[in-house]
Amino acid sequence: MTQYLFYLLSFIAVFCGILVVTSKSPVNSVLYLILTFFAIAGHYVLLNAQFLAAVHVIVYAGAIMVLFLYVIMMMNFNKNAEPSKTPTTQLIACIAGGLLLVTMVGALRVTGTLPVTPTGLKGTGLVENLGKVLFKEFLLPFEISSLLFLAAMTGVVMLGKKNSN
Amino acid sequence: MQVLSGISINAYLLLSAVLFGIGVLGVLLRRNAIIIFMCIELMLNAINLLLVAFATAFGDAQGQVFVFFIMAVAAAEVAVGLAILTMIYRNTGSVDIEVLNKLKN
Repeated sequence: MTQYLFYLLSFIAVFCGILVVTSKSPVNSVLYLILTFFAIAGHYVLLNAQFLAAVHVIVYAGAIMVLFLYVIMMMNFNKNAEPSKTPTTQLIACIAGGLLLVTMVGALRVTGTLPVTPTGLKGTGLVENLGKVLFKEFLLPFEISSLLFLAAMTGVVMLGKKNSN
Repeated sequence: MQVLSGISINAYLLLSAVLFGIGVLGVLLRRNAIIIFMCIELMLNAINLLLVAFATAFGDAQGQVFVFFIMAVAAAEVAVGLAILTMIYRNTGSVDIEVLNKLKN
């Protein structure tokens, strides 16, 4: 059962990922990317990372992709369709990307499996356990990330202001 | 080394590699800056998936906390990047990356 779910979710993720790259309209790309993110959230549930699955759906599908859709609809691309790159550039891009993929897959094929010693904590991905780890061992990075958000927020407001000239 | 029943960690390695490759291909192929941005998000998610898979395989929560931080950084990055793209669109009237190859008018 879990195997079939894994293969189904992997197929959805890869198929929609390809459609993100190939679809002509940016709005379609965003919608396929949302489907990919939901498939990845399903993977997180399969991997017993329930809290991360919830956060992933809320942050990515809820916030980031809505931001993307909002910006795309504000920009109104329908008048001038995006010109595609020249066939030579496309061929070179395909070869380069394909070579990277072949290299990674080939390197993974010869990798041996790790000797694993699970610490055997039940419910690793639940809020209780993650919160303990986050606020005990990762307290300083957590606080620094709040600084990062403050800087990003002020930066976005600065960037988004209309120029006076 | 099985993560789920019947699924080894190598399957997750392969899936993440394929998703990352699709993201790289999108960045190389497309000219629309917003779609390039989305492909970067796809690459980040491939890495996140791999981190979660290894965290589950080792029964360790630190990998999942790391994914949490990557999500936070990605959210900030998307906000700043989309603001920059909006400014570019406002000034040049397009988000084609070929327009931006000089970085000045």
